[in-house]
Amino acid sequence: MGYMTDRKRAVGLGSAKSGVHHFWAMKVSSVALLILIPLFVFTFGPILGSEHAEVVGYFARPFPAIVAGLTIIVGFKHFNDGVQTLIEDYVHGGPQKIALIGATCLSYAAIATGLFAIAKIAL
Amino acid sequence: MADVNRGKRPLSPHLTIYRPQLTSITSILTRITGNALIIAMVLIVWWFLAAASSPEYFAIADGVLRSWFGDLVLVLSLWALWYHTLAGVRHLIWDTGAMLEIEKAEMLGKLVIGGSVLLTLLTVAIV
Repeated sequence: MGYMTDRKRAVGLGSAKSGVHHFWAMKVSSVALLILIPLFVFTFGPILGSEHAEVVGYFARPFPAIVAGLTIIVGFKHFNDGVQTLIEDYVHGGPQKIALIGATCLSYAAIATGLFAIAKIAL
Repeated sequence: MADVNRGKRPLSPHLTIYRPQLTSITSILTRITGNALIIAMVLIVWWFLAAASSPEYFAIADGVLRSWFGDLVLVLSLWALWYHTLAGVRHLIWDTGAMLEIEKAEMLGKLVIGGSVLLTLLTVAIV
């Protein structure tokens, strides 16, 4: 193996088979967020600062609740895909795997927590 | 490893000696704002959980978000959100192959910086 370059080792093995999946996933979630973010900012923003009863009443309505739920799902999916690139650039080897798993766990936990909370408020 | 001289090869100029430019600064800011938004996102999810739990718990989370420190985090995050949104639009434009010339890319960079500040001020004024 002494005279093999990295490229020589990779030639003939075929592609990693995932292609542009990650790139496309970022595009889809970014376009979705382009719509969701203004909706969320201008539904969440005005109610922040209100009393508990008002907040609960507000998010019991379909529109604010659905916008908040969608923003949390798509936002954390976008974060998870985005932070993956950050981790892959700066962390390597075992710590990289741990960081990727940790970021994914955090993202799914936040989605579950957010949806549970909104469902409990809305129902 | 065949690279006998690995580590001794000439490397392209890196961050420490490369002059900062509008394109490089707006690029790294896209990454920093996007990932820093996790703080506000987690705080907001916590706020929702508290609202769903009890008025007492809500008072705690709401108090943190509306303290001077919470205000600071939320206003900075609002700017980060608009910056990252506009920078994302810039990437969607670039993905079509348009506006990649240096002058146009720098023009978009200025629009992203100016637009994000303007949108932040507007949002704070309206909301």
